[in-house]
Amino acid sequence: MKRRVAIVGAGITLFRRRMLETPKELSFEASKMALDSAGLTLKDIQSVVSGSAPDAFDGVHMKGEYYLDGMGAIGKPHERVYVGGGTGVFTPIGGWWNVASGLYDTCLCVAEEKMSPLHPHPQYAFWSIFDQILERPLGTTLLWIFSLEMRRYMHKYGIKEEEIAEVAVKNKGNAVDHPSAQLGAKITVDDVMRSEPICEPVKRLDVSPPSDGAAAVILASEKVAKKLTDQPVWLDGVGWTLDSTHWTNRDLAYPEYVEKAAKMAYKMAGIKNPRKEIDVAEPYDPFDYKELHHLEGLQLAGKGEAPKMTVDGVTQRDGDLPVCPSGGLLGVGNPIAAAGMMKICEIFWQLRGEAGKRQVKKDARTGLAQAWGDLMQVGTVAVMRS
Amino acid sequence: MSQKITSYQGREITPDEVKEGKYLDIVYKFEPKYSWAAGVAISRFLTELKDGKIVARKCYKCERILVPPRMYCEQCYRPTDEWVQVKDTGTVNTFSISHVGTDARRLKTPILVAVVDIDGASPGMGILHNLGEVERSKISVGMKVQAVWKGSEERQGAITDIRYFKPI
Ligand SMILES: [Zn+2]
Repeated sequence: MKRRVAIVGAGITLFRRRMLETPKELSFEASKMALDSAGLTLKDIQSVVSGSAPDAFDGVHMKGEYYLDGMGAIGKPHERVYVGGGTGVFTPIGGWWNVASGLYDTCLCVAEEKMSPLHPHPQYAFWSIFDQILERPLGTTLLWIFSLEMRRYMHKYGIKEEEIAEVAVKNKGNAVDHPSAQLGAKITVDDVMRSEPICEPVKRLDVSPPSDGAAAVILASEKVAKKLTDQPVWLDGVGWTLDSTHWTNRDLAYPEYVEKAAKMAYKMAGIKNPRKEIDVAEPYDPFDYKELHHLEGLQLAGKGEAPKMTVDGVTQRDGDLPVCPSGGLLGVGNPIAAAGMMKICEIFWQLRGEAGKRQVKKDARTGLAQAWGDLMQVGTVAVMRS
Repeated sequence: MSQKITSYQGREITPDEVKEGKYLDIVYKFEPKYSWAAGVAISRFLTELKDGKIVARKCYKCERILVPPRMYCEQCYRPTDEWVQVKDTGTVNTFSISHVGTDARRLKTPILVAVVDIDGASPGMGILHNLGEVERSKISVGMKVQAVWKGSEERQGAITDIRYFKPI
């Protein structure tokens, strides 16, 4: 029988384009902050789950073994989980297995990414995720799949670029209040529309930046959590699924794999009507249209209806369904695995009423974090309750 | 952030420090070389491209005609049954105008890319390819296109044996 799992502490470093710290040092800082906030030391931690995206950014193979000591994992059961961009939310899911199964009472979950080592640009690493025989010879870049998907989404539902740009305006604006943020800014839809077209219809301000950073949370069993804090945040539902890498054979207007992951998490958490029961959401937003795409996959908006919800202000911090109150990847930054974990941290702080200037207006009791990645094929979802 | 947290760790290397080389680093260039066997299904696919044809695999159980071809049907989880020649025409499912190359450097001439759903295959069976002989402003979703092949002596059994797809 599975046990209830709580989050009892969280930590995060600054997110920046290029950091002096090594992956080990970044991991240490985020983990130490998470331990301190839970009132624990490393001695209290029984297992460690880490997450980091492609080894190609670092040029260090066996990265999970390399950064191990920064993650506090020496001599402990440790596993590295990996599903590309979905890794950040998959990391606490891995921790959940450790604690829900009854194997351990405490688990440190750390996600780290340094994208900056790769030159001339971190984008280059993504070239190698494409099919080496049928796709790479065409000169692929990761931006292609995003722009192709964005176009299909716009075409299917008659969505305008200006409506999508509202997401970038909201998230970069929210990030102004996030102490870790790399790209917080007050911008307008016009700024987005006039920014450099890099892979049409994708423009520069539709995209999150490459970043370095780390984030961590501490998981505990119910018995231990209740001793540590009177404000545990329960990780009540987890879900994850993947589609095939044959992405050109897929419906690009709707992320079915996100729907499947969400339904798995909702079922586990006993959520019947997500739009009514989820108070605050952090869907994955590496591009502005992806937030909309994911809201629909998560059943938080009808198909093709997320843009209108955004334009109507429903997803603002003072709206009925605040979305990415952190500032998201578009504003806080996108150190791949750490970005997904940043979303878990944000929901943790929101549900404890500790988000400071970013605190959503409504009384948030149930929240959701989601990440996405690989070759447009993975959804990872976590439902959390105060 | 938690209101209780007052300081956030991390030391940024600023753009100026990068420009002036004011940080210690070690540079290394990794130049491996790989030889990828094309596999059972794709070897046949590439051989047929060399002959100016696009082929697919059919699964008798779900009756799907699969492009790119695979020797097993991932939905029925059984071997596929038959090679089928499909057309070298199709429909633009979606497209993009890329101003950046593989390493994110800006291109002088943008690349036109599309997912082309291939005629004769099951609905939604698209492949990634380039578009050509078309003005950027004239490309649309739903546009009918046809493969423009390299000359037979130039073809070598590669996806680039098709130069691009052009409107018809
Ligand atoms: Zn089949």
